Amino acid sequence: MKEVVVLSGKGGTGKTTIVGSLAALVERKVLADCDVDAADLHLLLSPAERQQNEFWSGQVAHIDAERCNGCGLCQELCRFNAIKDFRIDAVSCEGCGFCSHVCPTEAISMKENMAGYWYISDTRYGPLVHARLGIAQENSGKLVAVVRQQARHIAEEGGFEYIISDGPPGIGCPVISSLSGAGLALLVTEPSLSGMHDLERVLGVCRHFGVPAMVCINKYDLNEENTRQIESQCLSQGVKVVGRVPFDNVVTESIVQGVPLVEYSNGNVTREIEGMWRRLLMILTKGGKT
Amino acid sequence: MVISVASGQGGTGKTLVATSLALSLSADSKVQLLDCDVEEPNDHVFLRPEIAGSKAVSILVPRVDEAKCTYCGKCAQVCAYHATAVLGNHVLTFPQLCHGCGACCYLCPEKAITEESRQIGVVEWGHSDALGFVQGRLAVGEAMAPPVIRKVKEYANKDDTVIIIDVPPGTSCPVVEAIKGSDLCLLVTEPTPFGLNDLALAVETVRKLGIACGVVLNRVGVGDNKVEEYCEQESIPILLTIPLDMEIARLYSRGIALVAGIPLSKSSFLQLFDKIAEIIDERSRSPER
Repeated sequence: MKEVVVLSGKGGTGKTTIVGSLAALVERKVLADCDVDAADLHLLLSPAERQQNEFWSGQVAHIDAERCNGCGLCQELCRFNAIKDFRIDAVSCEGCGFCSHVCPTEAISMKENMAGYWYISDTRYGPLVHARLGIAQENSGKLVAVVRQQARHIAEEGGFEYIISDGPPGIGCPVISSLSGAGLALLVTEPSLSGMHDLERVLGVCRHFGVPAMVCINKYDLNEENTRQIESQCLSQGVKVVGRVPFDNVVTESIVQGVPLVEYSNGNVTREIEGMWRRLLMILTKGGKT
Repeated sequence: MVISVASGQGGTGKTLVATSLALSLSADSKVQLLDCDVEEPNDHVFLRPEIAGSKAVSILVPRVDEAKCTYCGKCAQVCAYHATAVLGNHVLTFPQLCHGCGACCYLCPEKAITEESRQIGVVEWGHSDALGFVQGRLAVGEAMAPPVIRKVKEYANKDDTVIIIDVPPGTSCPVVEAIKGSDLCLLVTEPTPFGLNDLALAVETVRKLGIACGVVLNRVGVGDNKVEEYCEQESIPILLTIPLDMEIARLYSRGIALVAGIPLSKSSFLQLFDKIAEIIDERSRSPER
């Protein structure tokens, strides 16, 4: 079983469009939406929810006003500025519990925190594991870990060959959690200076965690000079460019219709994504034999 | 006045709005742009600022003096992040997991734990002509963005400067850290189901924090009109619309700020600011927030 995670560094480069299309193209796979902050993949796959599960993670401090003697030690020691006027600001509290350990009157207790939900759903493209982190919650990395663990479990039980996961933007906690131990990272970028800058950083994260990376340049014709520069930089770093997808309003139209792009259009954009998957498949199956 | 520029979905145009708003205002007022998208900071691409200084951002992690340690296990017991472990006569620390709360050090009965700095990023400051500029960068391979964001915000001017904050995408802790304390949060979105879905999440986030918000609708022309319907339903003002225009996309790709490439657009950003100021002013005069 091989896990392909789609990342980008910069947001909005087309990760979900690519994953939606791979959902329709790849056979025998489980889909995972690891963008637990702002999940969108379900908007393309019309999932039927099979299971909803609560995600309990971390703790939040709670002050019992009756036992509090107002000494102020908790406020003085809290490094997250989460205690003001002997009240906990639940959004700022990182759940370290320092205050609860030092309170001389034992007025502070730690309460378990319900931080979101994760789901297993059926789609006509195969099973989908997705999640929704509660608003303004922490621990997105842990929720991503749950999503991946469930996807792997389903893939092993059902004898699926691939896990295709839609990753979050950025390079921080949820990205690291989506990436570590994956078989391959497909990095979707665009030929803008911002996209290039961000690609460089996410490539660094892939190297740091030892995950092989390939690049897809989306909207490549928006700035062909930048596209050539991305290609030459990738070449010099030994990173393969497996796809060059042109800009086309048909992509937005397919999103509005709520269907994977490759099922909505059979134009250039679709042919290019199909070609990219053929190239990826060759690399993945060759890699499997060695 | 603090204005943050956020969006649930990435790539909707936060950086475009933040840089052009800041540049438009900086001709006549004191403005400072804080790039709090520390995982992927991009404002510098458009501003090409002169960097005047930089400082490492570190968090405090434990260092155990084994000569004093009695392996009692108190540190491991109090650590909520499993960043310390005691196995027989060994203490292990995992600095990558540490949030730097300081509990282990304070509570160690033998005073065997001191704290040392571990660098997780950098903050840089400078200016682009009259515009003040601060940005944070999380080091590659590091997970925790919030401490870097907190540090960037410490560099905000405390006087009458207009502060504009470029926020990371999403709705979780880095976003909260970046928008906390704003007078108004601009939510940049696009007229698609993805844009709408993530806008609704972003609205929930700002409402939870009690921050006023307004929408900037970008790439109008393709897509649908569901975002407008949603905004009307929720009484959220749409403060600016930007058309889908290949010229704008090409300028962006070359790292040219919209108001620099299309100077006529400056008046739209000045109008945007007037509307923002009006909302903030109204809110400050109304008794309940």
